[in-house]
Amino acid sequence: MTLTQQDIDQEIAAEHAAYEKRLADGAPVEHHPRRDYTPYRSSVLRHPKQPPIAIDVTKDPEIVELHAPAFGERDITEIDNDLTRQHTGEPIGERITVSGRLLDRTGRPVRGQLIEIWQANSAGRYAHQREQHDAPLDPNFTGVGRTLTDADGFYRFTTIQPGPYPWRNHLNAWRPAHIHFSLFGSAFTQRLVTQMYFPNDPLFPYDPILQSVTDDAARQRLVATYDHSLSVPEFSLGYHWDIVLDGPQATWIEEGR
Amino acid sequence: MTKIDTSSPESVLPTPSHTVGPFYGYALPFSGGGDIAPAGHPDTITVHGYVYDGEGKPLPDALVELWGPDPDGRVPQVDGSMRRDAATGGHLGRNGVEFTGWGRVQTDANGHWYARTLRPGALGRNAPCLSVCVFARGLLMHLFTRIYLPGDDAALAADPLLSQVDAERRGTLIAADEGRGTYRFDIRLQGEGETVFLEFQ
Ligand SMILES: [Fe+3]
Repeated sequence: MTLTQQDIDQEIAAEHAAYEKRLADGAPVEHHPRRDYTPYRSSVLRHPKQPPIAIDVTKDPEIVELHAPAFGERDITEIDNDLTRQHTGEPIGERITVSGRLLDRTGRPVRGQLIEIWQANSAGRYAHQREQHDAPLDPNFTGVGRTLTDADGFYRFTTIQPGPYPWRNHLNAWRPAHIHFSLFGSAFTQRLVTQMYFPNDPLFPYDPILQSVTDDAARQRLVATYDHSLSVPEFSLGYHWDIVLDGPQATWIEEGR
Repeated sequence: MTKIDTSSPESVLPTPSHTVGPFYGYALPFSGGGDIAPAGHPDTITVHGYVYDGEGKPLPDALVELWGPDPDGRVPQVDGSMRRDAATGGHLGRNGVEFTGWGRVQTDANGHWYARTLRPGALGRNAPCLSVCVFARGLLMHLFTRIYLPGDDAALAADPLLSQVDAERRGTLIAADEGRGTYRFDIRLQGEGETVFLEFQ
């Protein structure tokens, strides 16, 4: 039996109601999705059922996870943060500038850390061999970028507005337009992979991946803000998206990081 | 909103995690991602294994990141894991002599991954181990675990993390010695023999 959007809508509503009830019963706010979120079918066999073992890092501050792998100027080239300049020709689509800050839970900037992004082209097609969506590939757009955050935690990418794309979670499943982000903090415990969305996308309510973040305020934090001051005259539209890393970090700050 | 006001701590809230999805394969993995040990280093070990789902099927699209100290227990602060070539825009790979401690590998079509790194030394009160972070399509938030190396039973018995784990599950965190510096470490996301995963607080 084919799963319809209506089936998924009902499951999303049920998960949301269950979360609201947990909150009403005094459970803490859930900033992250639960790994067992059935409306996203691929999660069903890929989440652990045993509770994780908790490590109190304050009791053993020297453990390796409180450091982070180092990245530097050798790990990027000058145009890695400009996805429109990686080929000889101009990619097709609407140029955008995406910028913001990488912060830790105390609001301090995370400096000199690696940010990697990847995304579909303007037609909603990834430059990935296993991608079967028959939208056109763009020979002038790969959709991969990386950069290091600056002294104030800022990052900046120039790219193309990605298109929405269909997938096979259920019949007529479409992903809202998004850019995938991979982030490192000052500790390995702060590692984050996530996705940035664009304001007012009509596909939001239908997407089980976005809706897996059941907390309404947390879900809003995945949506960038249009920022006219970031728009570049005659060139691109600007979006601002700050990222806050979760997870414990060292209580002391290393010199220069 | 996604302009965070850092002057009010209550507005600094975490950005939610999302799955890495199926299409990161042309973006995140890089050549030499699993060749963490400098070429020819005498303390090189190979760690390898499969990633399985709840039905015991291998994942052809999992991403494994490894991170660990050098044989003296020093945490490297060296960049250059994924050096880039300004001439071609492509990957140069590691420089062959510096140890960055960090690597990234993707499972192959059979769900298998491997990495060569330096045998980790003990850090703090830990028994020697490598930190691991697992990503996959279907996994809405990454999973942390650790690869402990077998051999020093006293160190493993005294390890502050292992001693928190039920005896019958402890083995999922300890690699199997296959000889000649090769260690097998399978990651089972769910079901029988489910790997112990960690939550840092
Ligand atoms: Fe995607």
